[in-house]
Amino acid sequence: MKKIDLVIIGGGPAGMAAAVSAYNNGIKDILILEREESLGGILQQCIHNGFGLHKFKEELTGPEYAWKYEKQVFDLKIPFRLNAMVMNISADKQVTFACEQGESQTVQAKAIILAMGCRERSRGALNIAGTRPAGIYTAGTAQKFVNIMGYMPGKRIVILGSGDIGLIMARRMTIEGAKVEAVCEIAPYSGGLTRNIVQCLNDFDIPLKLSHTVVDIHGKERVTGVTIARVDQNRKPISGTEEYFACDTLLLSVGLIPENELAKSAGIALDKVTGGAVVDQNRETSKSGIFACGNVLHVHDLVDFVSEEAELAGHSAAKYILESDKQAEKEITFQLTENISYIVPQMLHSVQNDVIVYFRVANIFKNVIIEVRDDEKVLYKKNIKKAAPGEMECIKLNKEILRDIRGNKIYVELKQR
Amino acid sequence: MNLTCIVCPLGCELTVEKENGRVISVSGNTCPRGEKYAIGECTNPVRTLTTTARVAGGGLVSVKSDKPLPKGDLNEYMNIINQLNLAPPIHIGDILIKNINNTGIHIVATKNIKGVDYNA
Repeated sequence: MKKIDLVIIGGGPAGMAAAVSAYNNGIKDILILEREESLGGILQQCIHNGFGLHKFKEELTGPEYAWKYEKQVFDLKIPFRLNAMVMNISADKQVTFACEQGESQTVQAKAIILAMGCRERSRGALNIAGTRPAGIYTAGTAQKFVNIMGYMPGKRIVILGSGDIGLIMARRMTIEGAKVEAVCEIAPYSGGLTRNIVQCLNDFDIPLKLSHTVVDIHGKERVTGVTIARVDQNRKPISGTEEYFACDTLLLSVGLIPENELAKSAGIALDKVTGGAVVDQNRETSKSGIFACGNVLHVHDLVDFVSEEAELAGHSAAKYILESDKQAEKEITFQLTENISYIVPQMLHSVQNDVIVYFRVANIFKNVIIEVRDDEKVLYKKNIKKAAPGEMECIKLNKEILRDIRGNKIYVELKQR
Repeated sequence: MNLTCIVCPLGCELTVEKENGRVISVSGNTCPRGEKYAIGECTNPVRTLTTTARVAGGGLVSVKSDKPLPKGDLNEYMNIINQLNLAPPIHIGDILIKNINNTGIHIVATKNIKGVDYNA
């Protein structure tokens, strides 16, 4: 069986940044496995701008952002295989993949980085009543149709869900000549970035109907309309508030799910909230030598943070390969408190560097304090002007503070100012 | 007047005070770009346009305006871009339309189409 130091699964922004980082940290024997016919992942169809402000201090489109990393992968001659679909990862780090001509191969890796990204929730996950006509797409599928293949999925559109992809597609369909009738959001707030509400909806007078959902889909061969209704606090439709919208297309932008079938096959422990692996600050999973980064770990709003996380995972994987002797490590776990829906990393192992902690809040908050503490004292405090579930928060915890922790638990809490 | 800044993902809530149609103060911004954005929104709102253009022989190339364009004339820009039928190879940054609609702003490619094949 062929042996490879580092196998990276997925050639999107996470996989490419992880590969470059591992290479720069001394690992040359790398293989990136990508199932599509080009590197770049989802960025290739995200032709809008807004990427890279944090990482490159300039505003890039998705393909331009991808190119920054593709070019490094090419220049460093990091090996990659396209049209290669990983079928299985075993707990002892054997990776089985299928490629063109039906050939299948298994390689033995010293370390693996999971960078498979995420997929969209579809109609099946929503239990919407009604017929099953053509014209119902996830927003990402519609994006691929319009931006890569050059097809318009419809002319009169209703969008369910106000995640960023849904908002971006509302604008995209509008400037390509379609009429977007409304964007419905079941929550009382949008799941997308505020800037996207402004430049994708308000700019084109597209109504955003908060606390509304689609309760019925009409049409036999093709969608002819949808019924939407207001929902109550428990997100149950309120009878008598139904409203009919004629349309030929329903786009769904109702959440993303980390694509972790492979992690499951390797027996990696997953976090119920994020849908991704449970990791420590090095992005190492519960299986020693298997790392995870990017949207397969938790869904990010900004690719810039995906790249950062992937660089960390690449560095950690390189270190793992080069320093095989590992000592027993003290484990400290992050504890979820009220109003914090998840934290990544979920745990820490013998901290050597500062740790950036990403988390999401469970509701909309204004003027709150983030407090990090152990069982005895407060370790860190930060004021936040506003926080929303759709906007990931990050805080940097100093290594000196973390080394000083008493006990084996850290609490992240949200307090009113 | 209240605005939400769209310069970066922070999305600051801006308050703009105007007198006789002129902006006299901007507050709520975290950085100087917010003030610039607010004044622009009140005088000449602009947006970066991103879309696709046809490539001869099939397929699309993604494109953008190299600077933000006055947002009112979106349909005109789209009509001009939709007439393109570009011959590959196309490289990121190639100017595909110079000075679109006499704005002084160019439409440039944001993707490489063939020609650049490091893997060959």
